[in-house]
Amino acid sequence: MSSPSPTAPLPLRPHPSSLSLRAQVLLWAAQRASAAVLAICVLVHLITIIYAVRNGLTAAEILSRTTGNTGWAIFYGVFVVSVAVHAPIGLRNVLAETIEWRGRSLDIAMLVLGIAIAIWGARAVYAVVVG
Amino acid sequence: MKNDFRARNHPGYWAFVVHRVSGVALTLFIPLHFWALAQALQGEARLDSFLRWTEQPLVKAGELALVFLLAAHFAGGVRLLMLEFLPWREWQKTLLAAATAFSIVASLAFLLNLI
Amino acid sequence: MSSTLRVRVWRGQESGRFEPFDVPRLESQTVLDVVTYIQRRLDPTLSYRFACRVGMCGSCAMTVNGKARWTCRTHVSKVAEDDCLEIAPLHNLPVVKDLVTDMTAFFDKWAEAKGQFRGERRRTDDFARVKPESRERVLVDEAIECIGCGVCYSSCDVVTWKPEYLGPAALNRAWTLTNDVRDVAQRERLSAVAGDAGCHACHTHMSCTERCPKFLSPSKSIAGLKRLVLAAALKGKV
Repeated sequence: MSSPSPTAPLPLRPHPSSLSLRAQVLLWAAQRASAAVLAICVLVHLITIIYAVRNGLTAAEILSRTTGNTGWAIFYGVFVVSVAVHAPIGLRNVLAETIEWRGRSLDIAMLVLGIAIAIWGARAVYAVVVG
Repeated sequence: MKNDFRARNHPGYWAFVVHRVSGVALTLFIPLHFWALAQALQGEARLDSFLRWTEQPLVKAGELALVFLLAAHFAGGVRLLMLEFLPWREWQKTLLAAATAFSIVASLAFLLNLI
Repeated sequence: MSSTLRVRVWRGQESGRFEPFDVPRLESQTVLDVVTYIQRRLDPTLSYRFACRVGMCGSCAMTVNGKARWTCRTHVSKVAEDDCLEIAPLHNLPVVKDLVTDMTAFFDKWAEAKGQFRGERRRTDDFARVKPESRERVLVDEAIECIGCGVCYSSCDVVTWKPEYLGPAALNRAWTLTNDVRDVAQRERLSAVAGDAGCHACHTHMSCTERCPKFLSPSKSIAGLKRLVLAAALKGKV
């Protein structure tokens, strides 16, 4: 059998996956990008929480700072969206590797989870910013 | 045949386990967290009564655990981002030590502010 | 240190059992010496692989006390606790018989990752000139010594959890080729190593790097591939 011509294109590996290769790479990239955003959000959040729980925590204390505050609204809005992107992609890997759930059904379930997190999170942000 | 703990007993693997367990735990917690905050939709008093429920020692212990898990997942994640995006250096174990230290410090800060 | 080793050796295929043997303990004995003794003196039906016996070919790789090793380079004194040894075939591979695994999938994935050089120069062209101290060549040289022994593949938990994962050896080899300035198949290669079955499945456990008998770092290579693939994907080249 003669070796293939050096200039002929190599056959590409088949990808038996519910997502295109490009989508798989973009999911990974989205998870890392959201991780970078979350790194900042979580650091701020940890500092905020540790500061806030001094002398106990009351609703009045929280709401007096957050109600009507555009800054907190934007911060928590970005936080919620980042979590909604980051968590389902991570969970998708965990489920595929531990209980061997793969394919279109898992992708859809994770998408639903992401949307649910975004909606519940938006509601929570609304609750403390608008009241 | 698969690997057991004998092959897995090294720092890189422990870092993975902490990261995965904390990630799953936080994902399960988030909906609860959003629900709790959304209590404010029914008025400040409603949120306040929920916060008073969280004053119980067992719940505070749970909060401490969550702070630790969040700090651990954050620090472990920063470590991974550095390993994946910065030019490779032999600092995986140093980064892990730093991540562990950060998680403990954050948890202690939270605990000391509770007492 | 007593004069007898109690050795448990895997017999059978995926299902089987550990069979006990008593082997005289000698100074400077390697695990391969132990397996050889069993097959020659105690049970000729034991199947195992070896070739060079001197740490060059990688054929004798097996799981010793739970960790993948080259048995010819593993001194019994280093691994035997309480004069006991447990010897099993490499993990993550089908067991043909006893200590022999079917390496087909391992090498198929090497090919799937485009782990072959593809150049365009002909015999009549001038030599390609590659400076050994150039950034790319230094990266290649760090990872090029892989002899395809399968120890890293056996140690990788992601291979266990995702059977389609290309694995550390194939990806490491692909990395040496992505940094080979003479190679012209870069676009196909980056597509081949990307995705859920490729470099993006690596969770940086680093068991591969921990166990590699040549002290290579597939973890480093895979991290490098992640960066290259992302850059290419952002330019629409994946």
